[in-house]
Amino acid sequence: MASKKEYAIEVRNLTKKFGSFTAVDNISFSVPKGQIFAFLGPNGAGKTTTIKILTTLLKPTSGVMAVNNFDPVKNKNEVRESFGIVFQDPSLDDELTAYENLEFHGVLYRVPKKILKAKIEELLKFIELWDRRNDLVKHFSGGMKRRLEIARGLIHRPEILFLDEPTLGLDPQTRNHIWSYIKNLNKKHGLTVFFTTHYMEEADRVADKIAIIDHGKIIAQGKSSDLKKKARKKSLEEAFLKLTGHKIRDEDAGSKDLMRMNRRLWRR
Amino acid sequence: MGAIYILWLRQLKRYFRSKARIVGSLGQPLLFLLALGYGFGPIFEKAGQGSYIQFLAPGIVAMSIIFTALFSGIEIIWDKQFGFLKETLVAPVSRLKIMIGRTLGGATVAIMQGIIVLAISLIVGFRPVSWVLVPVSLVVMALIALLFTALGTAIASKLDDMQGFQLIMNFLIMPLFFLSGALFPLNQMPPALLLVAKLDPLSYGVDGLHYLLTGMGALGLQMDFLVLAIVVAVLLFIGSWLFSKIEI
Ligand SMILES: Nc1ncnc2c1ncn2[C@@H]1O[C@H](COP(=O)(O)OP(=O)(O)OP(=O)(O)O)[C@@H](O)[C@H]1O
Ligand SMILES: [Mg+2]
Repeated sequence: MASKKEYAIEVRNLTKKFGSFTAVDNISFSVPKGQIFAFLGPNGAGKTTTIKILTTLLKPTSGVMAVNNFDPVKNKNEVRESFGIVFQDPSLDDELTAYENLEFHGVLYRVPKKILKAKIEELLKFIELWDRRNDLVKHFSGGMKRRLEIARGLIHRPEILFLDEPTLGLDPQTRNHIWSYIKNLNKKHGLTVFFTTHYMEEADRVADKIAIIDHGKIIAQGKSSDLKKKARKKSLEEAFLKLTGHKIRDEDAGSKDLMRMNRRLWRR
Repeated sequence: MGAIYILWLRQLKRYFRSKARIVGSLGQPLLFLLALGYGFGPIFEKAGQGSYIQFLAPGIVAMSIIFTALFSGIEIIWDKQFGFLKETLVAPVSRLKIMIGRTLGGATVAIMQGIIVLAISLIVGFRPVSWVLVPVSLVVMALIALLFTALGTAIASKLDDMQGFQLIMNFLIMPLFFLSGALFPLNQMPPALLLVAKLDPLSYGVDGLHYLLTGMGALGLQMDFLVLAIVVAVLLFIGSWLFSKIEI
C-alpha cells in the first residue's frame, strides 16, 4: 500500500445497518488525491448512505475510514473543513436569495469577506445566475437550483468534492458545462471528486475510476476499460449487466425507492 | 461569531419576509385582548380587581412571545423536510453554535413580536406603571423568548414532521399558558392550582412582566428571574444535546 498521505478517501470494511437491513455491506475502496471517482449503482444501492457516512452525517455500524486523513467519526470538524458537497435532495433555503444562500455558506466556512464576495460573483457568473442573484430561490427552476447548489459546494475551495447525482434534472448542455468546470478544477488545483450517478455514459466519460455498487456491495471497481475487460464486454452498459446481473434502471426497484425518487422530483 | 451571526440573521430575514406570518401571529393576541379584555372587564372590576385590560396585557404579550418563539424553534422541522438542515450540519461549525445562533434568532423575532403586542395594548388602553421599567421588562421577554425557542428546538430535534406538533400545542403549550396566571391572578387561585402554577416556568415569566409593567406580582421578582434563568439554561443544554444527536 502506498503511503497514507496520497489518499483523499480511504474506506475499509464499511457497513451500515438500518435495523436489520444492511444498506452498505462491507465495502472497501480508496480514492487517491486528485482523482475523479464514480459510484455507479441503481436506486437503493447504498450510494447516498455511503456519502452521508463519509461526510459525518451518519454514523457507520462498523468499518474504518479516512477523509483527507481524518476520521469522519472522531474528527468531524477536520473532515468537514476538507470537503464540499452537493446533496442528492434539495438543500437550499428557498426563502433566501441566490446570493444570500452562497453568502451564508461562505460565512459558515469562514471565507474572508473580500474573497467571499469575489468568489460568489465568479461562481454566480459561471452558472449564469448573476443577473438573478437577488431573487428568492423559491422562484428558481429545478435546474437553476441545482446549478446554485454546485456553486455553493465550491465556495470555500474544498479539497474534496462530493457530488450525489449532481446532474439530475440538468439538460445535457448544462451538464457538459458543469463537468468541464469541475474537470478544470480537478486538473488545475488537484480537486478530488467523488460522485454518484445512474448515468453510464457520465461515469464512463468523466471518472478516472468507477466502483459498481449494488445492494450495498461493491461488485467491481477499476478504470472503465478494466471493468469492460473484466466483463469481456465492449460497453460499460453491457459490463454492468454482466457484473450485476441486471440493468441499472431495474424494473423491480423497490417501491420504497420509487416513492423516494418521486418525492424528490416533486420537491424540485 | 460569524456563524452565530449569520444563523441569527437568517431567522430575522425569514421572519420579515413572511408578512403573512407577522400579520397572522398578531391576530390571536389582538382577539384575546379585545374579546377577553372587554368581555371579562366588567366582571373583573366588580370583583374589585381593577381594570382587566391592565391585568391582561402582560399575559398577552407573553402569549405572543411564546407562540412565536416556539414556532421559530419548531422551524427546524421545516429545515429537515426541505433539506436545508443538511447544509448547516456538514459545515465545520459546532452544533452548539448552530443551536445558539438559531435560538438567538428565534428569540429576537419573538421579542419583536412581544413589543408589537405591547404597543397594541397601549392603543387598547393599557398603561404601564412606570415607563422606566418597560426596558427592564424586555429582559423578562427575552428570557421567555429564549425558553420557548429552546423548548421548540428540543422538541423539533425529536420530531420528523409537523404531525406531532398539534399534540405538543394541546398537551404542553396550552396548559403551560393557561396555568401561568396570564389570564387570571395567581393570588386568587385555589391552593392546589397555585401549586401547579408554581411548577409552570411560564408563571414566572408572566409574573415578572406583571411586576415590571403593572407593579403587581405574586411570586417575587427575584424568584422570577432566577427560575427563568435556570430553566433557560437547562433547556438550552438539553436542546443542544438533542440537536447534536440529529442524524439525517
Ligand atoms: N434512514 C434510513 N432508514 C432506513 N433505511 C434507509 C435509510 N436511509 C436509507 N435507507 C435504505 O438504504 C438503502 C440505500 O439507500 P441509499 O439512499 O443509500 O441508496 P442510493 O444508492 O443513494 O439510491 P438512489 O439512487 O435512489 O439515490 C435503501 O434501500 C434505503 O431505503
Ligand atoms: Mg442516493
